[in-house]
Order: sequence, then C-alpha cells, then structure tokens
Amino acid sequence: MSISPAPLLEVVDLTRHFPVRNAFGRRTGWIRAVDGVSIAVQPGETLGLVGESGCGKSTLGKTVMGIHTPTSGDIRFAGREIGHLAKRERRAIAKDLQYVYQDPGASLDPRWKVVHSLHEPLKIHTRLSRAERDEQVRAILAAVGLPGAHLDLYPHELSGGQQRRVGLARILTLRPRMVILDEPTSGLDVSVQASVLKLFRSLQETFALTYVFISHDLAVVRAMCARIAVMYLGRIVELGETAGVFEQPRHPYTRSLLAAVPRIGGRRITLDFVLEGEPPNPRDVPSGCRFRTRCPLVQDVCAADEPKLRDVEGRQVACHFA
Amino acid sequence: MAELLSVRGLSVDFITDGGVAQVLDGISLDIGPGEVVGLVGESGCGKTTLARAILGILPAGPARIRGGEVRFKGTDLLREDPAVVNDRVRGRAITFIPQDPSTSFSPVFPVETQIMDLMKWKSSRSPGGGPSSTLSRYPAERYRADRDAVLETLRAVQIPEPARALKRLPHEFSGGQRQRLMIAMALLPRPDLIIADEPTTSLDVTIQAQILRLLRELVKKRGVSVLFTTHDLGTAHEICDRVVVMYAGQEMEAASAEAFFERPAHPYTRRLLASVPTGTGELRDIPGEVPSLVAPPSGCRFHPRCDDATPECRAGRPAPRALARDHDVRCHHPADGVGA
Repeated sequence: MSISPAPLLEVVDLTRHFPVRNAFGRRTGWIRAVDGVSIAVQPGETLGLVGESGCGKSTLGKTVMGIHTPTSGDIRFAGREIGHLAKRERRAIAKDLQYVYQDPGASLDPRWKVVHSLHEPLKIHTRLSRAERDEQVRAILAAVGLPGAHLDLYPHELSGGQQRRVGLARILTLRPRMVILDEPTSGLDVSVQASVLKLFRSLQETFALTYVFISHDLAVVRAMCARIAVMYLGRIVELGETAGVFEQPRHPYTRSLLAAVPRIGGRRITLDFVLEGEPPNPRDVPSGCRFRTRCPLVQDVCAADEPKLRDVEGRQVACHFA
Repeated sequence: MAELLSVRGLSVDFITDGGVAQVLDGISLDIGPGEVVGLVGESGCGKTTLARAILGILPAGPARIRGGEVRFKGTDLLREDPAVVNDRVRGRAITFIPQDPSTSFSPVFPVETQIMDLMKWKSSRSPGGGPSSTLSRYPAERYRADRDAVLETLRAVQIPEPARALKRLPHEFSGGQRQRLMIAMALLPRPDLIIADEPTTSLDVTIQAQILRLLRELVKKRGVSVLFTTHDLGTAHEICDRVVVMYAGQEMEAASAEAFFERPAHPYTRRLLASVPTGTGELRDIPGEVPSLVAPPSGCRFHPRCDDATPECRAGRPAPRALARDHDVRCHHPADGVGA
C-alpha cells in the first residue's frame, strides 16, 4: 500500500501553532497543537487519526481543510499545494475536499426544507441546470437511505438519525474525492453507531471516497480504517497498518492507549493498567520525547534527544526503544 | 441477601407538550450492600430518570410518579417526609457523582469553600435536624475535624498536595482531577450508596481507566454500594458486580456481570452486545428506532424490533423469570445460554 505512486493528500512537516496571550493581549507563549506532522493518504483508503483530547488531531484535520492556516509546512491535495492559497482559489478546492463535524445534521438550517439545503452547495459550486441538480440530489438522498418524500420536510420533522443522513447527503452532493470525518460517532449509542459506520462504508464504495477518520474511539477506528496514525501532543508517534498496530503496538504510548480500552469478556483492564498522570500542558511540552514524563521505559536519552519517526518493520515509530 | 436499595414497580410520567411520556414503566431493581450495580441502556431509556427518582430530585413541574416504591434500608423514600429525606438521606446516606464535573462546581469559589460548604451540612459529624440556615455557625472544632477528613479523602483519590489544591479554583484542575474531586465529595459524607451518572463519559480512555480503578478500589475498601449508569458496555464490564439493562423505560435483564456478558438471554441484550465493534470489522446494528415514550408499544417495549416477537409479546409485559441464581430476564422467549 505504501508504494502506490500518487497519494491524494500529502502533508509534509506541517505545523500549526496558536499564540497564547495574557490579559493585555501580549503574547506569552505558543500552543504547539500540530508540530511537524507528515502523512500521505492514498486514494480510496481510510486513514484513522487517533489520540486523546488535546493531541492535535482535530487541528490537523482543520488545517488540512483550510479552516486554520498552517504555521509552516506543505499540504498537497491531488498534486497541488493548497496550504497557502488565496480565499477564492481555496473555495474551489472545497468541492473535492469536505469536512464532516461530529453531527452533520446540526448544520442544517431549521428554516429550510431538505430540498433547499441539498440544492444549495450545487448552486454555489456548479453550473448544473435545475433539472440536473434535482436528479443528483435524488440520487444522493437514495444513497444515504432516505425516501424522496423527505425532500419536502423541514429538519425538525426528521429524527436525529435522519438529520444526520441529510447532513451527509449535503456534503456528498458535490461528489467530493476526500472527506475528513471528525469524531463522526461520538455521543452515539452503540447500536446507532453501528448503522452510521455501515453507512460510511457503503458511501465510500458508491462514491469512491477517501476518508480521514478522526476519532478517540479505538474500537471504531479499528473497525473502519486500514491504516492508523497515533498522535500525542502534536506529533505522530506511530503510523502503520491497523491490524499490526493493534496486535503489536511498538510505541509505549500506543501500548498504554490500547491497554486502556475496556474489552468485554476479557480480564478487567483496570486490574493491570499502569499509565499514570495526565498529558502535559501543550503550552509547555517536555524536552526530548514528549511522552517521557509518563513513559514506563524512560531513560536519560529520552529527555536529551527527541526521537524521529523511523521505519521499524514496515511501520513508523517515534521511540528510541521501538 | 437483605437489599440496601430495592426499587419495585416504579413508574414515572413526564408531562410534555406532545402528551404524557411514560418514561419509566414498572421498573424493579435491587442493590445489595457493598455491591456495584451497572445500569446500562441507550440514551433516552430512562437511566437518568431512575437515578433521579432514587435521589428524589425529579423535576417538580413535569414529572409525576405514577406508582411503585423506592425502599432504602426498609423505608419507602417516596412516602417518607421530604424534610427527613433531605436531612438524613440525600447527600448523606445516598450521594451523587455527576457526568460532567466542570458544570458541577461553581467557577468563582475555590474548591475549599465548596467542599467545606458540603461538609458543614452533610458531614458524618454534623448533627442534622432542626432548621438550617446559611447563617448557622460551623463550630470550629467540627470544622477542624472535617477539614482533616477532607485532606485525607483527597489523598485517597490521589490529588497531589491536597492542602494547596484546596486553594485553587475549579478551572485550574484538569477534567480527570475534577472528577477525582467529585468522587472525594461523594465519599466524604460516608454514604451507604453512591449514584454515579456516567462519571467517565467525558474523559479520555487512559484517564477513564485510572478513574474506574480508583472508584472501584475505594468503594470496595469502604463497603459502599454504587449504582453506576452508563451507555458504554465496556465501562460496565470494568467496574460492575451486577448489570441491569434497560430499554425504553423497562428493565429487560438483570444478572451478575459474568452471566450478563457471557450468557445474555434477552434478545435486546444480545443485539446490544453484538453491536459493539470488534476486531473483525464486522458491524451489526439494531434495525429500527427507539420508540416514542408518549405512545409506547404495548407489552414488551422491544417487540417491534425483536426477531423473536410473537403475539404474546404484544399482549403483555413478561414477568421476571429466573434463569439461574442472580440472573433474571423479562422475556417470553429468552435465549438459552450461549454467548451473543
């Protein structure tokens, strides 16, 4: 997989820092939310991006999407550098690259009928005639599993799950090539989560979509993604094929993260869980390896020298002892 | 076993604009001394309403108790004098851990003020009874003893440097630390029962694992019972001795944690467990949607989504049936044994 020639999305050494200001507006420091991240996403794949709150996974997604401008580094989409485009040029990219928030249904205008919401992106981004638009809208609505009669309803007349489907349909009417899904199942019950994930899978097949799947839920990422990147405090610490990472995690942080997920039927993980403390403040990251303050394997070299991501048996790991 | 808490046939309605919602429909539940009982179910199934009904903090306007009883140490809390419940039970014998610790502290007072306020009224040393007023004195001797107890409990929940931590404002603590403070506050009145409402839902997995371990160790050491509501089956597996599953306001199955996860008998329990994503990548949802509580299905409320439903299921709600010791199911067609 890693040898396929042209990645659809390529992020090279991307950083996004946010200034921290005091009450007088003077800058007192930086939050290094994304700090030197490189990833490549192949067409048609689902790349999982996991990590705990504050690790920078959403900032990475939003920077790729153009919601934040990169502090430095390159973002190449379909061979083109898009990180530093002017607004107008940037808008043209939005047709191919879409972003899905936690609950896409919540972004529907309550005063618009479904049909209006679904036509709007096509009006803005394409020159299709009304009849052509109508045809496309009906096709998408069927693909997300809703009957055509729903076009004449207002959002409040739909259930939460149906609103979510309409929100997804709205994103898909433009036929994007890549969709960034940011915590798309958080807050859902397991049985509903399973049907939403099934929908993502069938849409990916129907429309040949490439997904970046951002989530803190490791079980969901395992079910959905062929490859995953694990982030900690703004950096990728491990990147590789999902099955391998789950079976034999190499970075000590990945190991702790996986060990913390409850497994039904097994031995209680809380009986053996050892990771202590909480992630440090991203304003004040530790020297050297960022995980060293909580790492069970820590040595002197970890404080002195920040480990680079390096290839270890087909996987990339940033640890001196991987 | 003499139960500490025993809920029998509890029915609660909510008056809404759309009609009367039957949020709890004849719920029964038992909690033994020192037992951690998980109450699992999907959003809207009535977990929080049940927790609130036990605490006696249902919203006074819309909520109506239609019937049933909540027996705590032999007394029916629903029929007891509210002043007595407020003085002796709520916040003392039964305490509460909220889902979101950040909205449960006042942002403008140091945690010391807030914890000592709790101790003034609810500590095991405070006499209780009599008219209480914010102007009442807090006797210095009791204050010192209570403050020592607070420091000791903060050490037990592993807050570093407790004396200094007390001077800080709530926003100066991380989410995990705030939840530790909430656990400390729930333990301080020396309760018999703690009601924990999804206490780890807003936490990251590594912090969740730490908190679950801490909570289980502390309640086991002190012999406190816990009613732990959660929608996350994995969390329930981690912490519970016994699990009760609810669907649309009815309890479906109650079993020891081992039987619940290994030999689920109710079709809903089996579908619910099967919908948890596994390593194989196979996804199994439950077709259909959760019913409206204003016009709920007759009989067993799961029957419209159940593969095994028969006319019998529509006609009436199945009576509890004991499949084994400590394994009760309310289903006409329970599965016999093997895992989901």
